[in-house]
Amino acid sequence: MKLKDLFEKGKFVVTSEIGPPKGTNIEPMLEEADLLKDKADAINVTENQSSVMRLGSMAVCRLLKERGFEPVFQITCRDRNRLALQSDLISASVLGIENVLCLTGDHVVLGDHPQTKSVFDLDSIHLLKVARGLGNGYDMVGNKLDGVPDLCLGAVANPGADPLEPQIIKMEAKVEVGAEFFQTQAVYEVKKFEDFMKAAGHIKVPIMVGIVLLKSAGMARFMNANVAGVFVPDKFIKIMAEASKEDRPRKSIEIAASLIKEMKGMCQGVHIMSLGWDRYVPSVLEAAELI
Amino acid sequence: MIVSERKSWEEILSFLEEEKNIFLLVCGGCSEACKTGGPEGLREAKDRLREAGKKVTAAVIIDFVCNKVLLGMRLNRYIDELKSSDSILVVSCGIGVQAVANMVDIPVQPADNTIHMGGFPGVWPGEERCLQCGDCQLADTGGICPYADCPKFLVNGACGGSDKGKCETDPEKDCVWTLIYERLKNIGKLENLRKIRPPRDYNLMLAPAERKKSMFWALETVEEKPKEEVSVSSE
Repeated sequence: MKLKDLFEKGKFVVTSEIGPPKGTNIEPMLEEADLLKDKADAINVTENQSSVMRLGSMAVCRLLKERGFEPVFQITCRDRNRLALQSDLISASVLGIENVLCLTGDHVVLGDHPQTKSVFDLDSIHLLKVARGLGNGYDMVGNKLDGVPDLCLGAVANPGADPLEPQIIKMEAKVEVGAEFFQTQAVYEVKKFEDFMKAAGHIKVPIMVGIVLLKSAGMARFMNANVAGVFVPDKFIKIMAEASKEDRPRKSIEIAASLIKEMKGMCQGVHIMSLGWDRYVPSVLEAAELI
Repeated sequence: MIVSERKSWEEILSFLEEEKNIFLLVCGGCSEACKTGGPEGLREAKDRLREAGKKVTAAVIIDFVCNKVLLGMRLNRYIDELKSSDSILVVSCGIGVQAVANMVDIPVQPADNTIHMGGFPGVWPGEERCLQCGDCQLADTGGICPYADCPKFLVNGACGGSDKGKCETDPEKDCVWTLIYERLKNIGKLENLRKIRPPRDYNLMLAPAERKKSMFWALETVEEKPKEEVSVSSE
């Protein structure tokens, strides 16, 4: 099932996200995913997230598919050249994966192998264009394919980007080359998201607001200092700082649910990044009255 | 300018472990500006070699070791010293070391690490760099090169890691795509940012063989081959 079809039916689409383990121990990840059964419409699987080497996204997407989930394969330009990217898009398709999120990828210096040679042969716009081209039956140099991958293409945007104008211009380009939906970076400022949605008003593909579950005040401060375009207001930091350790998940759920309630009227879906707190995602969805 | 810095003397001397007679060749160009070469660099290197028990057969400064004509002329004056040397220690960037190796059949050893070239910018002193990509995009990018300065080599605008004009790889580093955006806005060419640039053709970075035959590529085609078995080679 393609996310595009759900948007077309007018559904407010809910996606969540799981991060593969560093190693072969997949059971805990799959157990967490099971909690999202029939609650999230699809589950993103991150790919070497933050440039940290892990089990691959494509393999986990296939495992999720076998368990009855709809996976979103996150694919980045960091680790593959144009041959490998095209090959993996085709591979994903034959494994039954129908949704792909096309990303540039974090730089390798942010991860656990900072010595490596990063690839970035293509950028996210090229990747979308190439994926669209494959869907039309041709590789990026015009060779005809024998069998055509059928993929719904997603892209990312950052509502907190500063300056915002070039971000909007890049979104336009992404739509022009084939993006069919957007998932955004984490948002904690409703007003900023409203301004972003106004600036992106002419962009006619669905936008899903990104929600990251706050785990602690420390995490909030870390994101404020280190994550581009993400700003957690003091009021949320205060709530998390004052909550006892046992009470933090409940507070986190409340914050996430209130953000979703305030923003769901502005956009077409929500993408919840739980960063390991997958078990609380159903509660967030319930509190936000999405299930 | 090509930026270099001195290797540790421990490392340099490890190259010279087996060798007694050392010809010291010091660049008086970029290396002098980087405070590794020039008269000071020469003095320091000479002292260090002597302290380590080496015989310095000659200590020569050449303004721009990468200037082939100059390098050939100067080396020709030291044929005897070169013949009696086990090794040449070159205080210069990686180009200078390779230039000497190209001309003399004696082992050459680098004293410096070349830490930044990012496209040799002639004698321009600023931060601008040219990566010799073979497909100049500067017309579209307001005269600021994204290839040379974006750690992800992006050609279609900033990535999601760009924040308030800074790069995700280093909070001190300006995001080149934000600089380009501001520049294009200033010069009334923001529409350039809307053009989708295709993926790069990396073949263009390889100089065609035809170009290599031209006199501008290699002066050796017009040089005479000097005598002696220490061949200061012309090819």
